[in-house]
Amino acid sequence: MRTKKRTVAMLLAGGQGSRLGVLTKKVAKPAIPFGGKYRIIDFPLSNCVNSGIDTVGVLTQYMPLDLNAYIGNGQPWDLDRNDGGVSVLPPYSRGANDEWYKGTANAIYQNMHFIERYDPEYVVILSGDHIYKMDYNAMIEYHEEKGASATIAALNVTLEEASRFGILNTNEDNKVYEFEEKPKHPKSTKASMGVYVFTWAKLKKYLEEDEADPTSSNDFGKNIIPNMLNAGEPLYTYEFAGYWKDVGTLQSLWEANMELLLEDSPVKLNDNTWKIYARNPNEPPVYNGPESEIKNSMVCEGSVINGKVEHSVIFYGVHIGEGAVIKDSVILPNSVIGDGAIVEYSIIGQETKVGKGARIGAAEEVAKAFCEPGKMTGYMAVLADEIKIGDGVIVKPGEMLDQDRV
Amino acid sequence: MKSTMGLLFAYQNDEQMKALTQKRALSSIPFGGRYRIVDFALSNLVNSGITKVGIITRDSYQSLMDHLGSGKEWDLSRKNGGMYLLPPFSQGGSGYVGTGVYRGKMEALLNAANFIRKSDAENVILTSADCIFNMDFRDVVDFHEEKEADITVIYHKAALEQKDNGETGTIYTVGEDGRILDVAINPSPALVKGEVNLGISQIVIGRGLLETLIAECASHNMYSLHRDVLQRRVNDLKIYGYEYDGYCAKIDSVASYFDANMDLLNEDIRKALFYTDRQIFTKIRDESPAIYRDGSNVKNSLVADGCIIEGTVENSVIFRGVRVRKGAVIRNSIVMQDCEIQAGSQLEYAIIDKDVVIRENRKLFGYKMYPMVLAKGSVV
Repeated sequence: MRTKKRTVAMLLAGGQGSRLGVLTKKVAKPAIPFGGKYRIIDFPLSNCVNSGIDTVGVLTQYMPLDLNAYIGNGQPWDLDRNDGGVSVLPPYSRGANDEWYKGTANAIYQNMHFIERYDPEYVVILSGDHIYKMDYNAMIEYHEEKGASATIAALNVTLEEASRFGILNTNEDNKVYEFEEKPKHPKSTKASMGVYVFTWAKLKKYLEEDEADPTSSNDFGKNIIPNMLNAGEPLYTYEFAGYWKDVGTLQSLWEANMELLLEDSPVKLNDNTWKIYARNPNEPPVYNGPESEIKNSMVCEGSVINGKVEHSVIFYGVHIGEGAVIKDSVILPNSVIGDGAIVEYSIIGQETKVGKGARIGAAEEVAKAFCEPGKMTGYMAVLADEIKIGDGVIVKPGEMLDQDRV
Repeated sequence: MKSTMGLLFAYQNDEQMKALTQKRALSSIPFGGRYRIVDFALSNLVNSGITKVGIITRDSYQSLMDHLGSGKEWDLSRKNGGMYLLPPFSQGGSGYVGTGVYRGKMEALLNAANFIRKSDAENVILTSADCIFNMDFRDVVDFHEEKEADITVIYHKAALEQKDNGETGTIYTVGEDGRILDVAINPSPALVKGEVNLGISQIVIGRGLLETLIAECASHNMYSLHRDVLQRRVNDLKIYGYEYDGYCAKIDSVASYFDANMDLLNEDIRKALFYTDRQIFTKIRDESPAIYRDGSNVKNSLVADGCIIEGTVENSVIFRGVRVRKGAVIRNSIVMQDCEIQAGSQLEYAIIDKDVVIRENRKLFGYKMYPMVLAKGSVV
């Protein structure tokens, strides 16, 4: 017999993250490397385990190979369990009805049988797009206490930012009376974080009704939440006050990496009471060469640093040549920066090779003075995974390269 | 390669390591920033396609057991085969065997006799956890089968060195076809000049023969693998030697431990050990990458994950989770996990075991040949 679970978490990891440009050419957004050794998805997965949730479905769709391999049997997050654990849930064929996930709600609808196997009281819906530490269990307790059908985690944003979010208008007791998707004139600053707790019996009913409606776009924010509100279901917000970062753009991804370097960084990665787990690269310690100079930076095991690194995040397996200078940049795993190359205010993709004496990007203030910003990159230079930049080649600020330049 | 199992001796040279083996066996001494010494021998077995490994322990093996866990990091947590811990157990009447004070390897193997008998492997690799090397044993087993050898010993070319306890090791005289002609145990360095064929305690032997030899030794009160088997039987068994010409450091003293760590600062040695398709596995600790703050100045050193470096580090190996505060200077030293070196303190030629705190402005200097060893958990 299968054990009944109080809570099942469903993690929506199918998004492409198109605003991350060339970085998501081959990998889904939740699989994007972050913070020297992590991937974005490590945060919600670790949050689940740390919150005592041991049954997690990961819904994949876009470029799932890397993500599947990364999650594996879930062992790095202690999610290799006899009962429950992590399951990767791709779209599947059902006789004549082959379909992709039409929307976030449809993705859950198509996997209702997975949830039913555990007969849960609550379902937590998460996305693989954010860097944050959160105790979902405390939120579930709050949900229980309020007798809610759905509880939506909300973050207080500024009034200017509010137009970019789904905004929750609530009474004083946090009961939601209105939900507005990206309002032009926001009435409140409570932004939805895309973290939901549902009473499963309720969610099931609304998913089935939503699926029966051919005009629906099968989305939590657009359909499920408004439908529940209209039907008079008790919906509450759960206020979250900690660090939360949407890393949906190249700029915010860069910023989130740099925030790890602050002396009092809001993301404590080594906090033993709330560890963030990752699949370990198993590489020897960082070798700092005789001429190396590293200031205000994060460097992961497996790297060899022979040059100068300042205010940067260097992932595992990166090789930085003699006389090379890395400044204000993020270098993703296993890339090679040639001798004498200069990389400033850039993101370098995985396994990319930058030739000797090449010049990638420029300091932000210089770029702003002399260059045109790129559409997605702003004044950053961004190189895709697995490309080659020849010796002495220049990549200008604002450029985003997805093929070799020699 | 015919089916092969591994037996790993996890307690070699414990006595030579001073404070480092106060509470642990040599095999579980931290090494190279994030490893333990045993990781090399164990990973070599796994990387050679061996999926059944017995670990023979003697005493102080709690730290080793904690490190190995279920063996999953080495992919040895398995339904078929996997890792088996073989600590000493009482054999009733047979006295000393059960107490774990093994006089020699053959006596230790008597304790593993059941484990060996129940296996269906053709060959057994006897490996010692006191070597830092990265080797594919498949080549040796192939050689062993090709020569139709009874026993194959692995040696490397090295100059003879005398340890503090007067031992120099096992030296083989090897014939042209690889046959071992003579076995010399602890010869005086005065008698042997230049490079010799020094045994590295890695041996391939048929499983059936091993069982017979264990029984024979037990019934004749013999216990030494080198003296009572290799040396005594050199003429009536077909014993062959296989030369290993890769990097190999035997850890049998504080000085050799220190030197082997410092060897990792050499790029070629690092490449030979870590950057091959045979990974060295170890227990995972889930630390974030190291952070270097503004005052950091790190040259020719290894720094593991979880460190926060604000001071100066030169020619040193810094393990996981070490905190080097502002103005601290570490030179030619090994600092193990979770130590804190406070502001203004200086270390030179020091081996600092786990969880040590060096308070502000302390100065600790050892000497190259005699590095200072600070025991686990000390506060200076």
